[in-house]
Amino acid sequence: MPTGRAELVEYRGDVTVDRAHRNHQLAGVVGRAAEQTNRRMLRARDAMDRAYAQPLDVPALARIAHVSEAHFSRIFRATFGETPHRYLQRRRVERAMFLLRETGLSATDICFKVGFESPGTFSRTFRDIVGRSPRAYRKEAVATDVPTCFTMAWMRPSA
Amino acid sequence: MINAITHSQVYVLDQDEAVDFYVGKLGLEVTADADLGFMRWLTVSIPGHPERQILLEKPGAPAMSEETAQQVRELLTKGATGGSLIFSTDDCRKTYETLLGRGVEFTEEPTDRPYGTDCALRDPFGNAIRITQPKA
Repeated sequence: MPTGRAELVEYRGDVTVDRAHRNHQLAGVVGRAAEQTNRRMLRARDAMDRAYAQPLDVPALARIAHVSEAHFSRIFRATFGETPHRYLQRRRVERAMFLLRETGLSATDICFKVGFESPGTFSRTFRDIVGRSPRAYRKEAVATDVPTCFTMAWMRPSA
Repeated sequence: MINAITHSQVYVLDQDEAVDFYVGKLGLEVTADADLGFMRWLTVSIPGHPERQILLEKPGAPAMSEETAQQVRELLTKGATGGSLIFSTDDCRKTYETLLGRGVEFTEEPTDRPYGTDCALRDPFGNAIRITQPKA
């Protein structure tokens, strides 16, 4: 028959185990919620990648991500480290770089094709991000023959 | 010397859901499904081509701590574990229509590229998948 002291130790042991178990369960629930949020934000980011030439449609993206419009940008930033606006702007620049490299389209055509509203904004944004004008980039660029998901992931400028 | 790629691996959150997707939707077949006790060894391949298998691995103990597994799951669902599969097809547009009909969500519609025609999607967990019809 256990002494009072042993019982106390056992009891404490149970409490510890119980608390650890609860914390573990809680971490599991929090983790699953984060995974679900991440996957939904990724779906919204994929939608931006698909429709990069269209204006940033936060209400539509928020619906895809199952979050409120008010929270969408903050959660996107927490997930991917940059705002949706910045992500999209750099996607458009990446697609413009692609078209400059791989096609003979004029810079003006490319500007509108990737979603910029004026050639002035396009040139300025492109130069700010890439450090060269679209024309200079076209002259120096080397064609990349890898599957597009890698081009899009790796050649989107981050600076 | 080395002469073939026999197994590649992607992480999945749930192996039953992975079978529903890779077999039920994409049309691969289960090549191996064994409960090893410490893990469920689950691989799929192109029907009739067991020489090239994809291991659908669930991150967790005892291979890694629960904390690490959680980090893997969080990266996976951000599309950041690097899980990436590229399949080939004879007819990208037809495959796209077939899979669309099965409820597959695409991230890119069939598009002509310098190397051929391809489209892209993600599995339910965040891994990137491409289906390419190489240039003839």
